[in-house]
Amino acid sequence: MTVLIDKKSKIIIQGFTGKMGSFHAKEMIEYGSDVVGGVTPGKGGSKHLNLPVFNTVKDAVSETGADASILFVPPAFAADSAMEAADAGIKTCVAIVDGIPSHDMIRIKRYMRRYTKSSKMTLVGPNCAGIISPGKSMLGIMPGHIYKEGRIGIISRSGTLGYEAAQQLKNLNIGVSTSVGIGGDPINGSSFRDIIEKFETDEETDAILMIGEIGGPQEVAAGEFAKENMKKPVIAYIAGLTAPKGRVMGHAGAIVSAYGESAIEKVEILKDCGITISKNPSVMGDTVKAVLEKM
Amino acid sequence: MDIHEYQAKKILSDFGVTIPRGGIVYSPENAENKAREIGGSKWVVKAQIHSGARGKAGGIIVCDTPLEVAQATDKLLGKKLVTNQTGPEGKIVNRIYIEEATDIERELYLGLVFDRSSESIMVVASTEGGMSVEEISKEKPETIIRSKIEVAVGMQSFQARELAFGLGIDPDLIRRASETIIGCYKAFSELDATMVEVNPLVISKQKQILALDCKMSFDNNAMFRRNQVSELRDKTQEDSKEVFASDRGLNYVSLDGNIGNIINGAGLAMASMDMIKLAGGTPANFLDVGGGATPEKIVKAFKLVTMDEKVKVILVNIFAGINRCDWVAEGIVEALKKIEVNVPLVIRLAGTNVEKGNKILKESKINYIEANTLEDAANKAVAALKS
Repeated sequence: MTVLIDKKSKIIIQGFTGKMGSFHAKEMIEYGSDVVGGVTPGKGGSKHLNLPVFNTVKDAVSETGADASILFVPPAFAADSAMEAADAGIKTCVAIVDGIPSHDMIRIKRYMRRYTKSSKMTLVGPNCAGIISPGKSMLGIMPGHIYKEGRIGIISRSGTLGYEAAQQLKNLNIGVSTSVGIGGDPINGSSFRDIIEKFETDEETDAILMIGEIGGPQEVAAGEFAKENMKKPVIAYIAGLTAPKGRVMGHAGAIVSAYGESAIEKVEILKDCGITISKNPSVMGDTVKAVLEKM
Repeated sequence: MDIHEYQAKKILSDFGVTIPRGGIVYSPENAENKAREIGGSKWVVKAQIHSGARGKAGGIIVCDTPLEVAQATDKLLGKKLVTNQTGPEGKIVNRIYIEEATDIERELYLGLVFDRSSESIMVVASTEGGMSVEEISKEKPETIIRSKIEVAVGMQSFQARELAFGLGIDPDLIRRASETIIGCYKAFSELDATMVEVNPLVISKQKQILALDCKMSFDNNAMFRRNQVSELRDKTQEDSKEVFASDRGLNYVSLDGNIGNIINGAGLAMASMDMIKLAGGTPANFLDVGGGATPEKIVKAFKLVTMDEKVKVILVNIFAGINRCDWVAEGIVEALKKIEVNVPLVIRLAGTNVEKGNKILKESKINYIEANTLEDAANKAVAALKS
């Protein structure tokens, strides 16, 4: 199977009956994802889009066997919803929502420490585009048709820059095993390192494209992990060479506040870790192609 | 979101931190009275702007009489202060804080920030107060002490004591120092702060522990539940274009160059700026209209970018996903009916229904330069600048 989701993933939508939840549920169903229902507290027992609505995630899991969820709830309630999913036994949860307070994200991550590694939910996001395993399943809000089926793993903080990469690859006739948007917030559910590790053991992935940006320690942590532990090639692009220091560039997490957090410093450190750098964002596809040709 | 020194001091004092007596004034007459009210024989007149390093910029004046306090206030009010943190345009002084002068024995540094590696709150302290934390880490890194706080249980007394002893504080004052450090921690964790910095934290000759200067920043994402904090926002301290943008749900950062950008997604926006630079140009702004890029947002974005007189070329780069290119194109055509654009316009559309989108643009008779890839767009924008 591919990482995080595959054809068998049974998906529920948290915040199912809202405008966003409804819209993206339809998009996911149309793509071929196995959406089995949703949760809206107080509307349990009713039907929406011909699918059952539940009051709690636990009810949804016990009735449908769901193992994946996606959150379309307002930022103020997102932490609560993510913890509810973790407690109900969901294996993979995507938080699309932008605007969750950092203190809440820390709270979620502390909460998750109560689970053993094997029973711990993987939270992806927030402030991300979600996950897609082309041709198998989509647990996200991306335009599915720009992804070709294939063997490259993509991890990106940015949504649209991840789309850009998928399209460049498609134009070169290169496909994607899974693309994971980890989101632009300072504290997120899964880091580059968490996902890169999953790709390393995934039989359907040959190489990984990591799309980072300024701010935070995650790209460097992934690079160091790759140097020590990985056999598969990693290609990286880091956005924000021209970003001024100390300013937040759109993403709450895109701010340079310490050494090693600027694009230039990240590129240098990643090179030292043996990672191939895509020197600009319009050659991400070409750089992957060149690496594949050498394999 | 940043707040002023006097506001941060008020918050910290509510959490049990001692601050020198002081008050905020808006006029010289007021200042003279305030000085008398505070009492004592020496006062510090402090310009309130959202920046550190005010002293070097002439924003802090020590006075010996209430009359001098009034004169100093008169001198600073309405002035633009340029510090090494404000940029060349500086920041306007609309409020003055008058404070009793403190007899300083020692100056310490105390800061609290989010640590993104450990995903906890980090307390940083040093014996070298008065210098910026960057200077301390460069020149006296050995003086820095750190303590990682588990947010689930909060800061414990022993952690505060360890920091206080680490700073070489007298045993008699350890208890008060610990209370001060824990007060700062509580303000940080209970108000959704992202940064609390007391610099310097001083020990006075009278053996008091005082926050002499402090800064606080807050998580914008948490302001929905922090009304009392969000009311402290002072828009006069922010770039007017950035205020215009944030009021309209756009992510905008004003920069020095002359190529204006309208892009969807923060990552793609940074990537486009990088391409502009590689092509030999410089971006005038960072502008993310959001992944959705609705026609309404595009109209607002054009309005914002055309407000900037530096802009000599506009580059639009939209990667449409769920929002299709044809819809985005209609938004652009609509925007150009409402807003006059007198500079060359380069448009690159990509993603869903790109052919349809480009067709709409072509048939609309708007005056623009079509680009196909990121690189093509950046090159054409730079070329348009030179033509």
